[in-house]
Amino acid sequence: MTDPLRDAQATILDPAGLSINDFDAVFAKLNSSTIDLADIYFQVSRKESWALEDQIVKSGNYSISQGFGVRAVSGEQTGFAYSDEINLNALLESVTAARAISKSGTSHSVNIPSWKPQPNKHQLYTGTNPLNSIDEEAKIALLHFADKAARKHSTYVTQVIPSLSASYENILIVNNEGSLVADIRPMIHMGMSVIVEKEGERETANYSAGGRYDLNWLTEEKIEGYAHEAVRLALLKLNAKPSPAGEMDVVLGNGWPGVLLHEAVGHGLESDFNRKGTSVFSDRIGEKVASAGVTVVDDGAMQDRRGSLNVDDEGTPTQCTTLIDDGILVGYMHDKLNARLMNTVSTGNGRRQSYSHLPMPRMTNTYMRAGDHDPEEIIASMDKGLYAVNFGGGQVDITSGQFVFSSSEAYMVEKGKILYPVKGATLIGNGPQVMQQITMIGNDLALDPGIGVCGKAGQSVPVGVGQPTIKITNLTVGGTGS
Amino acid sequence: MKLSQQSLLDLADQVLATAKKQGATSASVGVNYGNGLSVDVRKGAVETLEYNRDQGLGLTVYFGQKKGHASTADLTEQAIKDTVDAACRIARYTAEDEFSGLADAELMATEFADLDLYHPWDINAEQAIELAIECEAAGLAYSNKIDNSEGSGVTTYKGVSVAANSHGFVGVSRGSQHGLSASFIAKENDAMQRDHWYSSHRVADKLEAAATIGEKAAKRAVERLNPRKIETTKSPILLSPNIAKTLISSYISAVSGSALYHKATFLLDSLGTPVFPEFMRIHETPFLLQGSGSASFDGEGVTLKNKDLVTEGIVQTYLLGSYSARKLGLKSTANAGGTFNLNVESTGENFTELLAKMGTGLFVTELIGSSVSIMTGDYSRGASGFWVENGEIQFPVEEVTIAGNLKRLFKGIVAIGNDIDTRGNTRMGSMLIDEMTIAGK
Repeated sequence: MTDPLRDAQATILDPAGLSINDFDAVFAKLNSSTIDLADIYFQVSRKESWALEDQIVKSGNYSISQGFGVRAVSGEQTGFAYSDEINLNALLESVTAARAISKSGTSHSVNIPSWKPQPNKHQLYTGTNPLNSIDEEAKIALLHFADKAARKHSTYVTQVIPSLSASYENILIVNNEGSLVADIRPMIHMGMSVIVEKEGERETANYSAGGRYDLNWLTEEKIEGYAHEAVRLALLKLNAKPSPAGEMDVVLGNGWPGVLLHEAVGHGLESDFNRKGTSVFSDRIGEKVASAGVTVVDDGAMQDRRGSLNVDDEGTPTQCTTLIDDGILVGYMHDKLNARLMNTVSTGNGRRQSYSHLPMPRMTNTYMRAGDHDPEEIIASMDKGLYAVNFGGGQVDITSGQFVFSSSEAYMVEKGKILYPVKGATLIGNGPQVMQQITMIGNDLALDPGIGVCGKAGQSVPVGVGQPTIKITNLTVGGTGS
Repeated sequence: MKLSQQSLLDLADQVLATAKKQGATSASVGVNYGNGLSVDVRKGAVETLEYNRDQGLGLTVYFGQKKGHASTADLTEQAIKDTVDAACRIARYTAEDEFSGLADAELMATEFADLDLYHPWDINAEQAIELAIECEAAGLAYSNKIDNSEGSGVTTYKGVSVAANSHGFVGVSRGSQHGLSASFIAKENDAMQRDHWYSSHRVADKLEAAATIGEKAAKRAVERLNPRKIETTKSPILLSPNIAKTLISSYISAVSGSALYHKATFLLDSLGTPVFPEFMRIHETPFLLQGSGSASFDGEGVTLKNKDLVTEGIVQTYLLGSYSARKLGLKSTANAGGTFNLNVESTGENFTELLAKMGTGLFVTELIGSSVSIMTGDYSRGASGFWVENGEIQFPVEEVTIAGNLKRLFKGIVAIGNDIDTRGNTRMGSMLIDEMTIAGK
């Protein structure tokens, strides 16, 4: 097993001519009585992607990104500077810029911590570099296989764009308490985009999957499944009727439809918004915010998941945090800064897009625990409504609680029977209200296939979502039909 | 490494030479460097102070018709060598593509007018903090319903980039961009609403006054208090300029090269056909002095010129880079990398006149979520705004969706206001559309 700390030393510090002892000089400038928290986040990442189009390998990209960000926190105030070059001079310059946040001059009591390398509590994913896990010919062969699998599945397929990307990051986090934490983070993603044409009508659909694996995880069997799924979704849209408009009962399928939780409650439970009192969930710990039986957790410590991390971007081990327990709001997701200001401890949710961004409370893998209804029983209970199985993205206004998300596979249901597919259904609601309108929870909890990207304040991070099949009464469905 | 314009030029030159030495038959490179400062204040005190410094290099190589691309944010000698190696390695595995390659040599820009885009803001952290505090204070004082602040921020950025290719093209772009913004939370009857306002410009002196931005943001938040959800209905829709721009950007996507050659657009074969009503004119003005989308050349070095995208409602040109142009058997329209200052001509009405013209309907000021299919034109998004009756705003509306098909919506445009929003790449006023489906209660 690879040792992340030894790896970080070799890939980050050694090439820059830095040793752990150099942090003495750096933190001598950074530590003062008015600085509550200071850290340096080093990142070296390599990313590669390939795409096939018109049955030929049309493009490939390789990118190198590396640097460090220095943060100094004093009370509610944060000073931040970053550099794309890693060396002692750049470190000292950035430290001077970041500590400008603290108004006091040179500190009288310079406190240099003793350096304590922290081994990780858990190792949730492979240390193998996915970029090198199979050779170029094999990567390209996977793309061709995906193309053929889609075309073989239906003669209506006119275009297939399979793509493959892999990244590998070394992370080192050093803070003013002397802790040194490292992580090795692999990620792969396979995407399938297809266009189908039938009697002059065209439609497109996507399917993708991935996680913190190396590329050997992508078997032909899996890829064939993705190809078939993308083609099925595109053909379904060709036959779909316009979505109805208005309030109705909605059953959401299991897995990726958990994006509802991400939008309806997840963001509103991030502690920065709650510390500042700007979330619709602010000051509501202990209150009933969802129907009985609804339990929602954020778990960054799941094996191999896209949203998982051994440690968050502040070096805190990830964990499973219960947010809503049987309908009662019991916890928020914290990073260090907001936890300290709210007199609690970090839940391992301090995340950042890269070294050039500041960490903030973010979700990891957020899901609803299973209930005890069979999914068939839930659909059968619907008099008239929408059964939404797959979704595109969503968005939320955490202050008003208003959220929206768009379906990519949905069906009209009447008297418990699935009638026909509809397209263009957008679901809109108010987070806290909708959570109280959940009337049935399935026994079929599933996580998404490893595709989530969450955006907040201009920063993107990979996340996971999940849920069992659930029924929501009186949700507004936006479409053009009647 | 200390970066200057000259060192970027030298680096571009050196990278092209190295690629050639490795066997690349042609190549293009872009190198950029920039730095800036951003501050956020909240409740009268600084919250974050951030020094930005960004650099990067991107290289595309062609071995005949085989293409490879690599990029790096690390400009050390070793990283640049690795980047060139990676681009060349990738090109060995991509396939011959008869349409790939640099844009044709005779299209390269040779004249570089001074577009007056570079105006660094001489402001230090203390001054930026002071300005942000002034902006926030004006909003907090605007109304006692302003209950909380999400903060106010000042950003300033300046940068230089060099683009070069093996045709001998070398282009330098220098530019600055500054911004001032505020966001507030209004509260009444235990319910909160948030809204914001911002100003951005290449010249700091041309930003809206700090106090004005604070007040506008606060006013917008207060106006949204006590929203109602309306009944499901069909009605006319008035889109505020920032929202109307998103519809124009859907149009741009639908007539852009990659959507066309993939046959993934509802505007396939639309060249020369009416897509909008007769009064519609959209034109591109790349040489606008101090314009946020101004440039002398596109992403491939192709010389830019003023052009009409739409006149009398008819599609005058697709938007193509050289790859999509070759795929379609057409010529590049100098739109590799997008559009360069779009202007949607007004039909002359001011905002009040547009409200009167609409009579009864929904005035939309914010959209959330995105369900827009460029393939089919199907459109459905969450919306907030105000219900209007007899040309007068009645009450705020939230938690509804507006839906339709873009093909129909474009034809259903009734008027474009003269309340032009000059922020960003598209300049236009409010847009009145005859009918959309609103889903509510």
